[in-house]
Amino acid sequence: MPIFYEKRQLVTPGDLIAEGDYIAGDNTYKEDNKFYATRVGLVDHGDHRLSVVALKAFYIPSVGDLVIGKVVEVGFSGWSLDINAPYIAMLRASDAFDRPFKTQRDDLTSIFDVGDLILCKIVAYDRTRDPLVTVREPGLGKITRGQVTEVTPTKIPRVIGRKGSMIGMVKHETDCQITIGQNGLIVVKGKNPEDERLAIIAIRKIEQEAHTSGLTDRVTEMLQKEKGGVENVSET
Amino acid sequence: MSQKPKKLIDNKGIRTDGRKLDELKPIKIQVDVLANADGSAYVEQGKTKVLAAVYGPHEAHPRHLAQPDRAVFRCRYHMAPFSVEERKRPAPSRREIELSKVIRQAIDPSVFLEYYPRTLIDLFMEVLQADGGTRCTSITAASLALADAGVPMRDMVAACAAGKVEEHLVLDLNDTEDKEGTADVPIAFMPNMNAVTLLQMDGMLTIEEFEQVVNLAIGGCKKIHALQKEALKAKYVTVKEEEEEG
Repeated sequence: MPIFYEKRQLVTPGDLIAEGDYIAGDNTYKEDNKFYATRVGLVDHGDHRLSVVALKAFYIPSVGDLVIGKVVEVGFSGWSLDINAPYIAMLRASDAFDRPFKTQRDDLTSIFDVGDLILCKIVAYDRTRDPLVTVREPGLGKITRGQVTEVTPTKIPRVIGRKGSMIGMVKHETDCQITIGQNGLIVVKGKNPEDERLAIIAIRKIEQEAHTSGLTDRVTEMLQKEKGGVENVSET
Repeated sequence: MSQKPKKLIDNKGIRTDGRKLDELKPIKIQVDVLANADGSAYVEQGKTKVLAAVYGPHEAHPRHLAQPDRAVFRCRYHMAPFSVEERKRPAPSRREIELSKVIRQAIDPSVFLEYYPRTLIDLFMEVLQADGGTRCTSITAASLALADAGVPMRDMVAACAAGKVEEHLVLDLNDTEDKEGTADVPIAFMPNMNAVTLLQMDGMLTIEEFEQVVNLAIGGCKKIHALQKEALKAKYVTVKEEEEEG
């Protein structure tokens, strides 16, 4: 059962990863006991499972994901949200009201209007129906301040880091609140725009160099250098 | 248009642009060249220059286009008005509409369209400069743009033409050879699957010649495929080297 690539080696679509008795994981497919990559990414394999960690992909909804959506349409009984996926997400009006709502009485735009950013959770999705989201959980709802930045959804785990080490470090260094949507949208809330700018620079760097090792140290170093530079400027 | 040269291939088997009979045009590939598209690629094959961009998969608009069981794949092949010697009118011609369809059918088998039902994938190819083999170069670029966009694919498609010019079988015809030659056979090929996705022929060949030309073109496709893979990896490898060593 040969595997033709080492762990973390770069592959392109169509590359033959292995032959033999394995299970095809993410971004791979099987044909006649041969396993091929379907995306550009890094090979990963456990004992039986072969997968490719994609370096660039789009977001596919999955139940339980926390996502950041933008209202694109206000309907009679709910909102349509762009969640950066191939499918438009629906948010029901009854979900945002804590009392029974009537179309004639309640004005949906007074709660969320077109262009608003909403932090929400996916409650139902399969490929035959559009994803359904909810805001009925503590912490969910309209995002009122902060800056939004976007990364490729496959790199979200890298931005978070092992047990949140990477994002914890960025939060600590920049003194910002950071909310990560699984769909690749990230909201940064800081005490001043300078902190937010720093956090966004750090996230950008993580995205660009996601496939390299020793990244946490380099980002820490960069943030400390940048902060030092700013303090020097303000002194003079 | 330059005057037709007396001979397209000299005694030593050297062609008008200095290539050998079985030599490809010099190729330059760049991936991720457009910031606004989801994926993009730029391919130069000799004097032929093509830019490809991919959007999607996104929700199908207008809604009636959506298919319940697979993604809809839409292609546009277009030649820029300045791509040929005499200004081409920018409206899509009969030829461009046909080539859009042919290219779509050449790329279609390589993409896992059934993964994303009810969505739409848009592919645009713009020929910036034409010197023969634009459909092949477009396919090569399109496949790269799709891979760059992160659309899951069975294999990369590489395309290349071969044909017959003045009793010689040649690889990767240029514009003059295409116009003055006896036959032109463009082929699109998925090397890992060993599958042909496009096969056309213009001109006259015997059955033996045809077989030789097909093998010649497939050989060219394999060379182009290696360059495609290299270009896709180059985007990430350069970042890695800069950061880990610098």
